Amino acid sequence: MVERRPLLTFVAHAVLIIGAAIVAFPIYITFVASTHSFQDIMQVPMPLLPGEHFLENYKQVLIGGTTTGSRAAVDRMLLNSLIMALVVPIGKMSISILSAFAIVYFRFPLRNFFFWMIFVTLMLPVEVRIIPTFQVIAGLGMLNTFAGLTLPLIASATATFLFRQFFMTIPDELAEAARMDGAGPMRFFWDVAVPLSKTSMAALFVIQFIYGWNQYLWPLLITTDETMYTAVIGIKRMIVGGDAANEWNLIMATAMLAMLPPALVVLLMQKWFVKGLVETEK
Amino acid sequence: MAAVSIRNVFKSFGAVKVIQGISMDIKDGEFVVMVGPSGCGKSTLLRMVAGLESISAGEIAIGERVVNDLEPKDRDIAMVFQNYALYPHMTVYNNMAYGLKIQGRPKEDIDKRVQRAAEILELSKFLARRPRELSGGQRQRVAMGRAIVREPKVFLFDEPLSNLDAKLRVQMRSELQSLHQRLKTTTLYVTHDQVEAMTLAHRMLVMNAGKTEQIGAPLEVYSKPATAFVAAFIGSPPMNLIPGRIADGGKSLASDGDIHVRLPEARASLEGRNVLLGVRPEHFETCEPGAAMLSPDIDFIELLGSDSLVYGHLGADKSGARMAARLHTSMVAKEGNLPLRFSPQHMHLFDPESGKRLEA
Repeated sequence: MVERRPLLTFVAHAVLIIGAAIVAFPIYITFVASTHSFQDIMQVPMPLLPGEHFLENYKQVLIGGTTTGSRAAVDRMLLNSLIMALVVPIGKMSISILSAFAIVYFRFPLRNFFFWMIFVTLMLPVEVRIIPTFQVIAGLGMLNTFAGLTLPLIASATATFLFRQFFMTIPDELAEAARMDGAGPMRFFWDVAVPLSKTSMAALFVIQFIYGWNQYLWPLLITTDETMYTAVIGIKRMIVGGDAANEWNLIMATAMLAMLPPALVVLLMQKWFVKGLVETEK
Repeated sequence: MAAVSIRNVFKSFGAVKVIQGISMDIKDGEFVVMVGPSGCGKSTLLRMVAGLESISAGEIAIGERVVNDLEPKDRDIAMVFQNYALYPHMTVYNNMAYGLKIQGRPKEDIDKRVQRAAEILELSKFLARRPRELSGGQRQRVAMGRAIVREPKVFLFDEPLSNLDAKLRVQMRSELQSLHQRLKTTTLYVTHDQVEAMTLAHRMLVMNAGKTEQIGAPLEVYSKPATAFVAAFIGSPPMNLIPGRIADGGKSLASDGDIHVRLPEARASLEGRNVLLGVRPEHFETCEPGAAMLSPDIDFIELLGSDSLVYGHLGADKSGARMAARLHTSMVAKEGNLPLRFSPQHMHLFDPESGKRLEA
């Protein structure tokens, strides 16, 4: 801020603190709820300070889920989520960096047509094409498999588009210099294009990891087997309906566990993430 | 090292003809500068030699070999780009070594060559740095190093100094010169800067609109420009070109607005012809009004220190040709008439239609 007035600083900070509190409070409540026994949190008003059942609740969900709702163990779900959240971004990036490379550096007939074909799929997110996609996956016998869980989410225009834009900012002379040095197209790809897109990849990984982790509708449709549940689906299956029947303390513990990995990825990759989005130096 | 021969080369992008039949034989070890205004096709010609552009018609040979259909890497050349095109993620060492690695040379050989190039270019201290940690001049040197380590038959430079500031440019220019004296590699160099062309070239190829205007040694091009275009392009400020008709039995140039320029040397054979009279600003001398060959009215003066540039026009009503003269500062009056003369060897006559030089 350009102005240096104490009152303004105070007001600005107050607004920020209130905003942060509003965002953080539900998470805090989730945490508090996950540390109490079932009886405690059904009281009105609900306790606002952490209770003593922290270890007990988390152990319960990790090993045996809830007692009234789904009994699927959450550790397996976290593993499933992790696999999904890793395979989706890695698969996505591998495919889209190659297609973007082809579209930017090779001249072939209907090049622009193919680019626009890919681009148009941006308008068709999973939710829009979910019935035919389900039909295809079911027909291929991929229900309750990791392939079925991840493949439809891997085909992506976003990443292709992002890599295309990035490649277009690489000066032509760099490709020409590599040509003079005797590097063939794939050599240029591995030695120059890939290392230069590292930061973009990091940013994309963070976004796509969270995207993969948070998938709800698609896993809900194609996983019926408890061992294939992802954490998000696990939470849903724990809720059996009717307030009294739900063990909210255990559900909240699961929610906390499901929130951790994306938060960790963001925290650990923050530096790279920001770099990937703002970096201009080529 | 090898000679390069460009034989009647054409290039068109669709309907646009960029290069229209250029031929030149470049001798082994020669430093040739291709110079011309933006868009004259000089860079395209260089890129055709490099193999980055295809050749629409004609032939380019490096040494004995016609290279029309060879990939750049098989032409045994090295190129330095205007924006250096260094690999941003590689160290200076790796930037220079990359091409050699691809060629599959042994590690010791690569190391020897890179170290030697680094020494020549005074880059030894920077080998572990990345390009972004270097200054413009240093990056330029790395780009040259990348070319040197390959020990090519021909160096190609595409406006390599135009991204540097004026002072560095002068310095790099002399470094380039000493580098060439040391390596004696055939060099093709593209620039739009005529000072670079004059100082570096053994011979220069002056191009305009895809055609050759003149090929010759810098001094020859300066003192005997083949066309009015070359006359105006080489030299700063450009040569004065005064349109008129040869009159008085070849002794003077007459033009509308009662302008008469007395010629220092009669050209009776051109009597009655329309011509362009060319005189370089630096070839004028002041003189007594009686001895004056032309006396422009002064418009304004630029002081350059020891010299001054005097801008003026011929004819009373400002309708006549504008002109410039470079004179010793002490000789210059502030305003009014400036009586000038010039000697016969500094007189150039061009055909106004074709632009060609008219010899005596």
